[in-house]
Amino acid sequence: MQRIGVFVCWCGSNIAGTVDVQAVSDALAHEPGVVHSANYQYMCSQAGQNLIKEAIEEHKLTGIVVCSCSPRMHEATFRKTAAAAGLNPYMVEIANIREQCSWVHKDMATGTEKAIILGKAAVAKVNLNAPLTPGESPVTKRALVIGGGIAGIQTALDIADAGFPVDIVETKPTIGGKMAQLDKTFPTLDCAACILTPKMVDVAQNENIRIFSYSEVTDIKGFVGNFDVTIKKRARYVKEDICTGCGLCTEKCPMKNVPNEFNLGMDNRRAIYIPFAQAVPKVATIDPEHCNMLKNGKCGVCAKVCAAGAIDYKQQDEYISEKYGAIVAATGFNPISMDKFDEYAYSQSKDVITSLEFERLTNAAGPSSGHLVCPSDGRHPHTIVFVQCVGSRCASCSEKGKEYCSKICCMYTAKHAMLTRDKYPDTEVYVFYIDVRTPGKNFDEFYRRAAEEYGVKYIKGMVGKVSPENGKLHVQASDLLADKQLHIEADLVVLAAAIEPDKSARPLATMLTASMDTNDFFTEAHPKLRPVESPTAGVFLSGACQGPKDIPETVSQAGAAAAKVIGLLAKDKLTGNPCVANSNELMCNGCSSCERVCPYGAITYVDKEFRMPDRTTKVRRVASVNEAVCQGCGACTVACPSGAMDLKGFATKQIIAEVDAICK
Amino acid sequence: MQKITADMLIEKAVSLLEAGTISRVLGWKKGEFDYDVTPYVFADAESLKKDFVFDDFCGANFSKYLVAETRKAEGKVLVFLKPCDTYSFNQLLTEHRFDREAVYAVGIPCEGMADINKIKEITGDGISSLTSKGDKIVVDTIYDGEKEVDFASVLAERCVSCKSKKHVAYDELMGDEGDITDSARFDEVAQLEAMTEDERFAFWQSQLSKCIRCNACRDICPACTCEKCVFENPESPVENKAISDSFEEKMFHIIRAFHVAGRCTDCGECSRVCPQNIPLHLLNRKFIKDINSFYGEYQAGAEVGSRAPLVDYTTEDIEPGEAVMKGEGENA
Repeated sequence: MQRIGVFVCWCGSNIAGTVDVQAVSDALAHEPGVVHSANYQYMCSQAGQNLIKEAIEEHKLTGIVVCSCSPRMHEATFRKTAAAAGLNPYMVEIANIREQCSWVHKDMATGTEKAIILGKAAVAKVNLNAPLTPGESPVTKRALVIGGGIAGIQTALDIADAGFPVDIVETKPTIGGKMAQLDKTFPTLDCAACILTPKMVDVAQNENIRIFSYSEVTDIKGFVGNFDVTIKKRARYVKEDICTGCGLCTEKCPMKNVPNEFNLGMDNRRAIYIPFAQAVPKVATIDPEHCNMLKNGKCGVCAKVCAAGAIDYKQQDEYISEKYGAIVAATGFNPISMDKFDEYAYSQSKDVITSLEFERLTNAAGPSSGHLVCPSDGRHPHTIVFVQCVGSRCASCSEKGKEYCSKICCMYTAKHAMLTRDKYPDTEVYVFYIDVRTPGKNFDEFYRRAAEEYGVKYIKGMVGKVSPENGKLHVQASDLLADKQLHIEADLVVLAAAIEPDKSARPLATMLTASMDTNDFFTEAHPKLRPVESPTAGVFLSGACQGPKDIPETVSQAGAAAAKVIGLLAKDKLTGNPCVANSNELMCNGCSSCERVCPYGAITYVDKEFRMPDRTTKVRRVASVNEAVCQGCGACTVACPSGAMDLKGFATKQIIAEVDAICK
Repeated sequence: MQKITADMLIEKAVSLLEAGTISRVLGWKKGEFDYDVTPYVFADAESLKKDFVFDDFCGANFSKYLVAETRKAEGKVLVFLKPCDTYSFNQLLTEHRFDREAVYAVGIPCEGMADINKIKEITGDGISSLTSKGDKIVVDTIYDGEKEVDFASVLAERCVSCKSKKHVAYDELMGDEGDITDSARFDEVAQLEAMTEDERFAFWQSQLSKCIRCNACRDICPACTCEKCVFENPESPVENKAISDSFEEKMFHIIRAFHVAGRCTDCGECSRVCPQNIPLHLLNRKFIKDINSFYGEYQAGAEVGSRAPLVDYTTEDIEPGEAVMKGEGENA
């Protein structure tokens, strides 16, 4: 029989305001096994913890129940308290009477009743608890960064600088991400390439960093410190180690009409291409969908002109298996599709463009060599209308866009408007907005400069319709402050499209068993206190995959994620979780159900000799758990048809005892 | 009547025994009554010729017997498998319940098996002999003399809604191979689903209250091969759950249905052996129907080593919340 102590916390008035803590400690004092029951203002305080320690010694307690906040907050605290008093830390159970009682109930009677029930459940469980001792697992001192945009680049550089090897996996032929496509960056207006490309070069030159470009992660197994990852290196039909990046093939390739995705389809590239001049790795890639040689076996021009002999039409996808201690998701974002926004005539007129297309139009390396022109006929635009919040901040019932604010659009639109007015003073620039949001260092000053010094016409109100008429764009909009309808004949309309997580994020989250929100942004372990960690141990978040972010924010988060990774990789061993599965071999049928559901590959089968009642020996196939690999998820225990598989610390018996205590 | 005769099977068994391919034969043995056929292990040609039978009353599925029989002695066991039995055979292999090398499986065609209860409904009690003649069964009774019943009209329910005439496992096949049939086996489940919650509860209460907890359904079930059954294990918290209230049988059958969910091949043995004639197969079929509609068609035992949807995960899997809503929709 256990000797259990119950400690009810008031949490100031957080709990005591809605739960009668005295009634709870009185009620639980009579539960089976309970020999001591007390309540105190702040159990987590030094004084509260001392109360627990003294009670453990005085009453020779073998287990304790703390009725307090969520175990996510203070379970570790109370386990340490118990350990300090000589009690096994796994003889501690938390009854969450704050988040689950006082915070969700307004009525004292209901809150108290539920608190007593949860307390009884915890007591019932402690009665069946047994001391547990955690094992240790080694840490693979290598990190994987998934995504090679500015977030992934910064994270990788910081980890590599601390001396740990890092691999970057990027789906595109080059790292650089969205930032490589930008022209200038707010609020200082330095050229994106000028500040990004040195970092790309740093990545290429860093001995600790390997780049897997044109690659994707196809499988992730294992757990914190010990991930087994499979990376698919797609065939680029060019030998990476031989190609010098001279670009001759990309000039001679006869397939000239392939839409250039780097310029968002506004010009063409060849079937063999290097996305941009500063690409890293600077290696050509053949697009198998457009290459005549790969499709029909006719051509071979690139192979003929390649002096290095790097072309290999027979190259196959390659699968690489590697072990990692930590994984960083840096999968970034994309502007949403404009398909559902017909009112802005995006599909009808080439002169209606997205902001990212505008970036390419004003970029010296873009399709118009940096001259701002109307894509339809190349004329110089005189009237430009910027539309903000296209698909951002939509009503929750809207099927077109996103409920959230995309955060970066106000600033980049101010930048676009300012730069346009600066370079082409003859243009008239309108910006239609719902609100202008400019929190950030030097951000509001920047926006005000655009509006006040550069004469950008900011109009509060939304554009209702854009219709192409006689080669112009007729823009119908409302000016809410002046309370009137506006009709503007524009040459160019620029849509600030909402941004959304990259489509690769969801399958990646599934592989990582990392959680996501309804918008497919990765969820952080705690929105304020653990913003760069995923709730899944060993998985970290960098950049816009966690939520919309501008470059300064992305870079700081990337560095923070790197610091967390370095902290993990600096350890030689991780203390494991003793709550692992174990199989009762006498009951095990050897059916393999557990082996099939185990996401960590922790279960194997062994042939074992058993002595039968008739004194003969029979060999049976039984499950065996590798405790160092088991993460205690419990999937095997529910899959086991005979009840042979159980989870230490969460045994079926313990759970049923809790349920019984609640239902009694 | 069956296209294949007992003599043909005896001949096959004897020749395999003589060739030393097998050491014993799992077969049907004559019982006290013609409809009371018993599974039996024959060790020699003599006993086979004396007692081995095969007729319209040989419903027993031998797959499960292999778990214990293959452990008993050296040498291969010959087992005769009807098409539906082969699914259980495969499922047991998937679960590593016996050594495939210790078995010699002969697939035999099946014309469906008769249900003695259906015959008794027509002829009344006191049956002294049963003789199959073409599409008729001649029934001799001690009260009314000889009567004839149509074989088709007394087919067991599981044979009326037969899911497959095709063998999915064998070492040797006798007779012709059949096809997977387009059965209407979920019609009864759909009828239950169409009931209101109260009606359905009343239906199951009336059925399950007949249960005498003889455990025949569990003992015959090829999916119930645990070394130690949870209902007989005092360490298992399930044992006393099944005796927790006055309607204890419901927990026993519901827990059992959950335990075999995704592994049940719908062989129908549970309903065949139930002395109280409870349609237990309907519980299992409800699971099969739900699994099919939530995760796509899945037939347990169709192949060895397949991953049942309930112990597998794909990104296309239905969200649990959706499954609940779907279930409620069906019941509304």
